[in-house]
Amino acid sequence: MTALLEIRDLHASVGDKPILKGINLTINTGEVHAIMGPNGSGKSTMSYVLAGRDGYKVTGGDILMKGESLLEMEPDERARAGMFLAFQYPVELPGVGGMSFLRAAVNARRVEAGEEEIDQLGFVKIVREKAKLLGISDDMLKRAVNVGFSGGEKKRYEILQMALLEPSMAVLDETDSGLDVDALRIVSEGVNLLRDPGRAMLVITHYQRLLNHIVPDQVHILAGGKIRKSGGKELALEVEESGYAGIDDAA
Amino acid sequence: MAATTETIAQVEQATGKYKYGFVTDIESDKAPKGLNEDIVRFISAKKEEPEWMLEWRLKAFRRWLTMTAPDWAKLDIPPIDYQDSYYYSAPKQAEKLKSLDEVDPELLATYEKLGIPLNEQKMLANVAVDAVFDSVSVATTFREELSKAGVIFCPISEAIRDYPELVQRYMGSVIPVGDNYFAALNSAVFTDGSFVYIPKGVRCPMELSTYFRINEQNTGQFERTLIIAEDESYVSYLEGCTAPQRDENQLHAAVVELVAMTDAEIKYSTVQNWYPGDENGKGGIYNFVTKRGVCRGDRSKISWTQVETGSAITWKYPSCVLRGKDSVGEFYSVALTNNMQQADTGTKMIHIGEGSRSTIISKGISAGKSQNCYRGLVHMHPTAENARNFTQCDSLLVGDKCGAHTVPYIVSRNPSAKIEHEATTSRISEDQLFYCLQRGIGEEDAVSLIVNGFCKEVMKELPMEFAVEAQKLIGISLEGSVG
Ligand SMILES: Nc1ncnc2c1ncn2[C@@H]1O[C@H](COP(=O)(O)OP(=O)(O)OP(=O)(O)O)[C@@H](O)[C@H]1O
Ligand SMILES: [Mg+2]
Repeated sequence: MTALLEIRDLHASVGDKPILKGINLTINTGEVHAIMGPNGSGKSTMSYVLAGRDGYKVTGGDILMKGESLLEMEPDERARAGMFLAFQYPVELPGVGGMSFLRAAVNARRVEAGEEEIDQLGFVKIVREKAKLLGISDDMLKRAVNVGFSGGEKKRYEILQMALLEPSMAVLDETDSGLDVDALRIVSEGVNLLRDPGRAMLVITHYQRLLNHIVPDQVHILAGGKIRKSGGKELALEVEESGYAGIDDAA
Repeated sequence: MAATTETIAQVEQATGKYKYGFVTDIESDKAPKGLNEDIVRFISAKKEEPEWMLEWRLKAFRRWLTMTAPDWAKLDIPPIDYQDSYYYSAPKQAEKLKSLDEVDPELLATYEKLGIPLNEQKMLANVAVDAVFDSVSVATTFREELSKAGVIFCPISEAIRDYPELVQRYMGSVIPVGDNYFAALNSAVFTDGSFVYIPKGVRCPMELSTYFRINEQNTGQFERTLIIAEDESYVSYLEGCTAPQRDENQLHAAVVELVAMTDAEIKYSTVQNWYPGDENGKGGIYNFVTKRGVCRGDRSKISWTQVETGSAITWKYPSCVLRGKDSVGEFYSVALTNNMQQADTGTKMIHIGEGSRSTIISKGISAGKSQNCYRGLVHMHPTAENARNFTQCDSLLVGDKCGAHTVPYIVSRNPSAKIEHEATTSRISEDQLFYCLQRGIGEEDAVSLIVNGFCKEVMKELPMEFAVEAQKLIGISLEGSVG
């Protein structure tokens, strides 16, 4: 088993405010890990730091993907190297047609890999197929990216992008929040289809019920900018029952 | 179509910074430098014009001598030495040509670099092209098919000889010779341009297109276009402009007049990509253009769509005079400035007719150290009973060294007239940019996507062929604006 993602003693600040205070985490290829933790504990911050967002400063430690440090790479380079983030709050791009956006993303990756760009017609076919599995309508595909989508539609659209981009490391930030029961099942099935021996996933969630659908190999509890506890999927049940009170903040 | 599937990245790769920065080496035939009555006579004689045309030019020239350049725009215009320029320059072999085969191959190659292979366009795009190379129309295609429909589409110099009654009746009827400094200058020294006449009840069977290009060093380009749409007729006209890269500034002062009769419709689209100068503001075209249309007849409609990405300085206000009852005026504009470019552009909607309606959608994008100003007038005359206007002006700032300004003038002399004005100014948000980057899209492409999204409402008004080119242009023009 090889490590796909290795986070080593990662410290990061937003502005002058330290948020991540020494995170250690290794995810092997083929594995799915879940992260739970109270509001404001730094989960989204961690996802942004992994993706290299401007303003999220790494003050110590390292992040390795497939053995290579990501720290010197721009966000788009990381993305093309296989890092994908399903946003907790997907962003609206007024006037930007969904199809051209998706195609630009896919082609950016193909160009990097030295492959032919995909043409419009072929692409539309592929998108339609994948969208259908996720219950995304043609009408939604025709609209501007995320504009006027409901909360649940936005989350599904994130998973569609993941399916199209086939990342090696996918971070899903609260993809289950705001989904109704049916959507939760559809999205989870979509995610499970993408489970692959060559791919790893990090699923951020507040709810144990998601982990019934997407069964994780490991669960970690993040609190106060550190991982306080790690365990199997039963750890999620524990949290569900007794909350975060039992997690030792001082650990 | 191949062009539609091309991505911005590809185009950037293929084109580099300024796509059209090359000079064609063709011997040209030019008048001596400077401007005086003799030059005006020279131009008129070269064009074998009738006496009335010469008189008209001389009247304009004398008028121009008494005028001063407008200074009310938010533009910093260096002094222009009108005596240090050539006013006539024609490719040497400009004798009449019967077919494209007779056109200088080097000229045709130039067009090809511009992306308008005439031969191909003839067959594929169903677009008739009247290409203006410097000052003389070189090739006019599709003449025959058009003439079957009764449509006249020819160089204006030809129209002056062949259709003098029409030209005399309409030229200067929308923009009088003394309308403004640059229009007067144009009236005195214009060398070519297009003439379009659509007879009653005719829907022009194809989109008409003219490509303008300034090639000769130190030549001002003064083209003049006149479009007349008779009752119940329709025409869509496309104008594209490019100029080679030069260190000096060049003046371009065009005049475009549109006349729409009862139930007629004219759609006029421009993609302007004159050389904008370099990052430090050296060189570039001064684009001082007067464009105006009059909706003479009831229910007539004139629609201006412009995508302005080039020129060092743009001074341009395509306008509509809405005389007819229930006539309609539209102005859709994208003005993008980068580096040291300056643009002061907008429209005038003059409502005279009862129930006349106008829509103004303006999208200004400023990047680099550029200044971008929307200036617009909506004027409701006392006769404009129940007239309506809707104006939306959106500005987008890329970076923090540029400026966006909105100067709307509103005059309402009729209490039943309704005027709505909306304006926004925004920046490309970091959220949006990061979202695109996270999907692997490079920063420049991301900005281009977001900016094109911002312009969508205007872009969709452009004919398909033009929209694709305009989209790419926006990407190219934004190069170097981020990072
Ligand atoms: N741009 C910012 N400026 C200042 N503080 C910030 C910024 N972004 C995040 N923070 C702070 O960092 C902390 C962690 O936020 P983060 O969004 O990572 O939490 P989270 O674990 O994802 O919470 P939730 O479960 O509510 O999504 C919070 O205290 C938050 O207020
Ligand atoms: Mg969060």
